[in-house]
Amino acid sequence: MPEARSGTATVAPVLTRPPAEQHDGTREVLPPELGERQIVFDLSDVEVRYHGVTAVQNVDLRIAAREITAFIGPSGCGKTTVLRTLNRMHDITPGAEVRGRITYHGEDLYGPRVDVAEVRRRIGMVFQKPNPFPKSIHDNVAYGPRINGHKRGDIGDRVEHALQRAALWDEVKDKLRQSALGLSGGQQQRLCIARALAVEPDVVLMDEPCSALDPIATARIEDLMQELKSDYTLVIVTHNMQQAARASDRTAFFTAEVDDAGRRVGHLVEFDATEHLFTQPSDPRTEGYITGRFG
Amino acid sequence: MSTVTAPATTSLLQSRAASRGRRLRNHLATGLIIGSMAVTLVPLVFLVIFVVGRGGHAFGWHFLTTDIPILDREMGGGMKAAVVGTLLITGGATAMAVPLGVLGAVYLNEYGKQSRLARFIRFLSEVMTGVPSIVMGLFIYILWTLHFKSFSGFAGSLALACLMLPIVIRTSEEMLRLVPDELREGSYALGSRKVRTIRTVVLPHAAPGVISGSLLAVARAAGETAPLLFVIGIVTDTNSNLFHGPTTALSAQIFKNAISPFVGAQDRAYGAALTLILLVFVFTALARVVTTVYARRTTAAV
Repeated sequence: MPEARSGTATVAPVLTRPPAEQHDGTREVLPPELGERQIVFDLSDVEVRYHGVTAVQNVDLRIAAREITAFIGPSGCGKTTVLRTLNRMHDITPGAEVRGRITYHGEDLYGPRVDVAEVRRRIGMVFQKPNPFPKSIHDNVAYGPRINGHKRGDIGDRVEHALQRAALWDEVKDKLRQSALGLSGGQQQRLCIARALAVEPDVVLMDEPCSALDPIATARIEDLMQELKSDYTLVIVTHNMQQAARASDRTAFFTAEVDDAGRRVGHLVEFDATEHLFTQPSDPRTEGYITGRFG
Repeated sequence: MSTVTAPATTSLLQSRAASRGRRLRNHLATGLIIGSMAVTLVPLVFLVIFVVGRGGHAFGWHFLTTDIPILDREMGGGMKAAVVGTLLITGGATAMAVPLGVLGAVYLNEYGKQSRLARFIRFLSEVMTGVPSIVMGLFIYILWTLHFKSFSGFAGSLALACLMLPIVIRTSEEMLRLVPDELREGSYALGSRKVRTIRTVVLPHAAPGVISGSLLAVARAAGETAPLLFVIGIVTDTNSNLFHGPTTALSAQIFKNAISPFVGAQDRAYGAALTLILLVFVFTALARVVTTVYARRTTAAV
């Protein structure tokens, strides 16, 4: 029986995710090799420097399609820095430099002929602080489709669809022309998610998407993430271990250690299926962090 | 039954012994602030009263639409030529200085940042702010008027544009710097390119400040006399062609008429002064209105 199941999974690993009931109520514990899932990002020996000073190094990590991968770790361990390598956001940070190799569906993300705008169109991002543009709700969501050259008639449908996917449509459908800044923090964050979805990305990166939100708004975003992962690959950075444990399929634990020169350098400690990482961490530092002994 | 002792003598809420000195200092500071405001207001109020008192009777629709008399001793008449000249010259200067200045600010804040070239341009712009306006006039006189051997309103526009440019660059750059980086990142994260981000996110966000800064530069330029003295000719007939022939301006007419010994000319000088003050006031008020309307439309919850 297990043979047959994995057999079906190999047929179309991109489009299908085995329904949960196939796993007899217990969650699958995939090996770190990610089973048959399609690899979206493959990072090998990634290092990021700011003005020549290493912020994070030795990151080897593979992110699978249509799953939620969480980056956890104490402040300053480089998890956001690593996340921002995935859509080349460091290109606009003065002094930032990415070393090592990152592939996206097998293609070198930092290759010489890569179009950064196209990278960011395929790999969307939601930021820590909700950052809607000071425009109307409609125009916020329509921004992406517009810059990608979609026609007027098409845009209304896209806006509605994106807002529905972000579970915001019912709350805003009567006030699409009003300023996005009039929404609550949680609504603004869902608007930012809708804005990212409207360009039909393949991946959505979320940098501590709930850290500025109250528990109710956080729960809504987490529900939303569960819904979105059937269509999108999600990578989230979170401070909140419970959130990683609740919401993610796979977790990468980062920490920072002081190097010989007395600087804090982040690195990846452990990367595993979330369930496995939280119940049987293989590294004592992971155990220390998840049990609250440090960080 | 029992007597309730009134706690009036020692209140929990009233402040204690030290408060007298503090209250005194508070009153003193408040008094000083109000005093400074009054000192600032006095010259402004007297100036307005004086100009309205002396120029009010000359001013009116007639004043704006009648040509300047050729002879200084003539009574009445108007300032049509000067009003037309000021509007054309200032308009021409604005059309040159504002786009150039805003684009310069975009370069400095979005592209150049702290690069050597950007720092050099910023330094030059600061130096330019400090150049006396009459020197700008001489500069254009030598560069333009002597070269084409003719006065023109456009030469005045060039001189005023040189004055406005550094002001526009500085205020615009300041406004662009206030645009939060989160908005730029949000735009980039959607696959927007830099030019598009600047055009659709950065500039609209900075627009109210850029517009009001530019209009203040316009108001400042409209009142300048020195740069125009050598380059526009200062005549009495209306010249509606900015690019050809000598023209005149309100500021230049104030200067010319106020030093005249004749009462008629002096009245016209006061009338022109009032016109100029009103014009500047209209520009400033316009800046305010545009800023508020724009800000309300883009940012506030409706």
